[in-house]
Amino acid sequence: MIPINPPFDLLPALLPGVGITLQLTIFSSLLAFMLAFIVGFGRLSKYKSIQVVSTIYVEFFRGTSLLVQLFWAYFVLPHFGLELTAMQAGVIVLGLNYGAYASEVVRSSILAVPKSQTEAGIALNMTSTQIMYRVILPQAFLTMLPPFGNLLIELLKGTALVSLITLSDLMFMGAQLRITTLRTTEVFCLVLIIYFIIAYPLILGVRGLESKFSKGRA
Amino acid sequence: MEAIQLNQYEDISPVIDKPIISYQKVSKSFGDLKVLREIDLDIAPGEIVAVIGSSGSGKTTLARMLMTLEQPTSGVIMVDGEPLWHKSVNGKLVPADEKHIRRVRSKIGMVFQQFNLFPHMTILRNVTEAPIHVLGISRAEAEERAVAMLNKVGLGNKLDVYPAQLSGGQQQRVAIARALVMRPKVMLCDEVTSALDPELVGEVLEVLKEIAAEGETTMLLITHEMAFAGDVADRIIFIDKGRIVEQGPPNVILSNPRNPRTREFLSRFRQQWASKS
Ligand SMILES: Nc1ncnc2c1ncn2[C@@H]1O[C@H](COP(=O)(O)OP(=O)(O)OP(=O)(O)O)[C@@H](O)[C@H]1O
Ligand SMILES: [Mg+2]
Repeated sequence: MIPINPPFDLLPALLPGVGITLQLTIFSSLLAFMLAFIVGFGRLSKYKSIQVVSTIYVEFFRGTSLLVQLFWAYFVLPHFGLELTAMQAGVIVLGLNYGAYASEVVRSSILAVPKSQTEAGIALNMTSTQIMYRVILPQAFLTMLPPFGNLLIELLKGTALVSLITLSDLMFMGAQLRITTLRTTEVFCLVLIIYFIIAYPLILGVRGLESKFSKGRA
Repeated sequence: MEAIQLNQYEDISPVIDKPIISYQKVSKSFGDLKVLREIDLDIAPGEIVAVIGSSGSGKTTLARMLMTLEQPTSGVIMVDGEPLWHKSVNGKLVPADEKHIRRVRSKIGMVFQQFNLFPHMTILRNVTEAPIHVLGISRAEAEERAVAMLNKVGLGNKLDVYPAQLSGGQQQRVAIARALVMRPKVMLCDEVTSALDPELVGEVLEVLKEIAAEGETTMLLITHEMAFAGDVADRIIFIDKGRIVEQGPPNVILSNPRNPRTREFLSRFRQQWASKS
């Protein structure tokens, strides 16, 4: 059945789920963002041990499934004495997972800034820290933004998996509502639209940042 | 540089009492490739030295070691009486730390072939960034200095534009201003006109001539512009296969070189030189 009238009556039941989804997205993307820089720099560190630890982290989280990681954090870790709430497990696992991907973005964007920029900094007698923060990072950040934007949308979509570790997010509320109302098409159309309504400002925000940071570029 | 007695027909350095720059048996290899071989070179304060030589002879490497962009394989480089890459501990030279290197290299500035301006900064910020954050002078003073310097290179009306909006010649003049506001004692210029369209070369050389004429800055100019080298240099050095094979005053080197390698190299530039003088 294709809905003719917008099924606004279903909205109130879904809204609590939107809150959970938003919370997860915001907190886990903040965690991912921080990890991206810490680990991205870690992989470029001159210290071998920091490089190795960072690389193991990245390869582990990229190489295993997000769902399995969620199940581990929520169902397995308690057996080792680490009890996490479903929200904590969701935020941490999503943050760790997307942080791993994003750290690769940070690393490759920094490496993509021409070496001649570093040399110009040296010729002006800047310290290596000044060169990194005043010369390299502002340029690398511009390169990072589009892939960051993509990862952010991926993360938002990835939050739907947390319904499987008992979190009542948008996806979970939708599934519940489908069972109680049996209005499958309407419910999931609405869920789809709400995800998009959350994602769209994120896309616009990243584009805004891009144009801000690309000022003066050819 | 009348004070310096240039040995006219030999490939050895003139005797300089207190050189601002002194390469002492400096060699550089990249892996098995020996790029510079036991270079001895003294440069007097205020001297304008032009370095010529064919592609791959080691000219860029010579300058890059002085800018600390490349580490010598052996030998010592002295800047104003102090070793650049080394520190003297109990009378012995040991590799220096970043702090020492930064202190000594503060006397050196460099302009690159590809300008290397910071693309994310306006012209004004390109020129004020290092004075503010490296020299620690106030923004107001840095801007005053920068504007004066940009006026001098003819770009005082471009303060708020970005490098990408300028021509190559304009960008290179900004790069010169950016190096000069740091008031280096020694300026290195590595083929600063090679990346420019022919019609833009003149404006950049004019600026360099002006700085050279002021006589305050020691300059090491790597160039393929023989006429320019002849005009501004006190001494021309010809490098071949990692060695200084001949050096002397421009009129001697350019019109009456002794070394067959120099002659061969210069024959390609004769016409250019003749047409200018
Ligand atoms: N980082 C590097 N690694 C390996 N080889 C290098 C490196 N830099 C320079 N070389 C080699 O060292 C030699 C000298 O290079 P250099 O750039 O100093 O020559 P040059 O005289 O400046 O030449 P040109 O006139 O073409 O600029 C060349 O054979 C070059 O390929
Ligand atoms: Mg060169």
